[in-house]
Amino acid sequence: MTGEPLDEASLPRDNGELVFDAPWQARALAIAVALTEKLGLPWDAFRLRLMDEIANDPQRPYYESWGTALESMVIDLDLTTPAALDAAAPTERAPL
Amino acid sequence: MTADHHHPAELAPVEARVAAIESVLIEKGIVDPSALDAIVQHFEDNLGPMNGAKVVARAWTDPAYKERLLADGTAAIAELGFEGPEGDLMVVVENTPDVHNLVVCTLCSCYPWPTLGLPPKWYKAPAYRSRAVREPRTLLAEMGTVVPADVEIRVWDSSAEARYLVLPMRPDATAEMSEEQLAGIVTRDSMIGVQRL
Repeated sequence: MTGEPLDEASLPRDNGELVFDAPWQARALAIAVALTEKLGLPWDAFRLRLMDEIANDPQRPYYESWGTALESMVIDLDLTTPAALDAAAPTERAPL
Repeated sequence: MTADHHHPAELAPVEARVAAIESVLIEKGIVDPSALDAIVQHFEDNLGPMNGAKVVARAWTDPAYKERLLADGTAAIAELGFEGPEGDLMVVVENTPDVHNLVVCTLCSCYPWPTLGLPPKWYKAPAYRSRAVREPRTLLAEMGTVVPADVEIRVWDSSAEARYLVLPMRPDATAEMSEEQLAGIVTRDSMIGVQRL
């Protein structure tokens, strides 16, 4: 797995149901887990943000709220700025 | 997985944003790509309802374990090696002939990762989160689970203070089954409480 791109077949399935709709959702999950572990933060440091984002827009797809919560966390922790994220955002997906 | 499957170059705004966060954190040395791969792999390989099923099967076959499980879920589950993020503060609730338990997270998606993995889509949906509390019996019937009218339904709202796992009733006619065989009949949905075995 290490070093290889995720493809559809590698997505977790749970009773036959895909847990993720797309590989970026798995990445978003892994980033949040890795970041809290690396910084020694309790998981609640992320979870409470996720809860707020879901409450702010209950009909928004779940992992969009997740991405927004992740962005607010990295910015509030002074790890990056919105401008730096704008600059780093790819315009197309790397080929799988 | 339909439209974007055929147009792999198109990138949704949130996807681009997550990719940007990843590249910035990698550049700063805060996360490394192989660690991210390892986390995803861990979720795929090691976390899932097969773990919770082992806990249930042990409780069905070992009365002393069941007693510990109901008294201190986190510690008893850790005995089997299942712990980690979202696995703290586990509370196991037992189904009986008189009581059926149902688990929901009304505020977000609290769910016991070490024993059940990641939550299914419907668990995170607004409809499930609100209706499980408001009209659990109707919701369960729509999901194919009819709870007899004389059985009380207790709804447990998972939160920062507690993650719930349902201990289903052991089905009749399983007396001859080994612990391993029993684990094979325990489903994810039965441990959330949307199914009766």
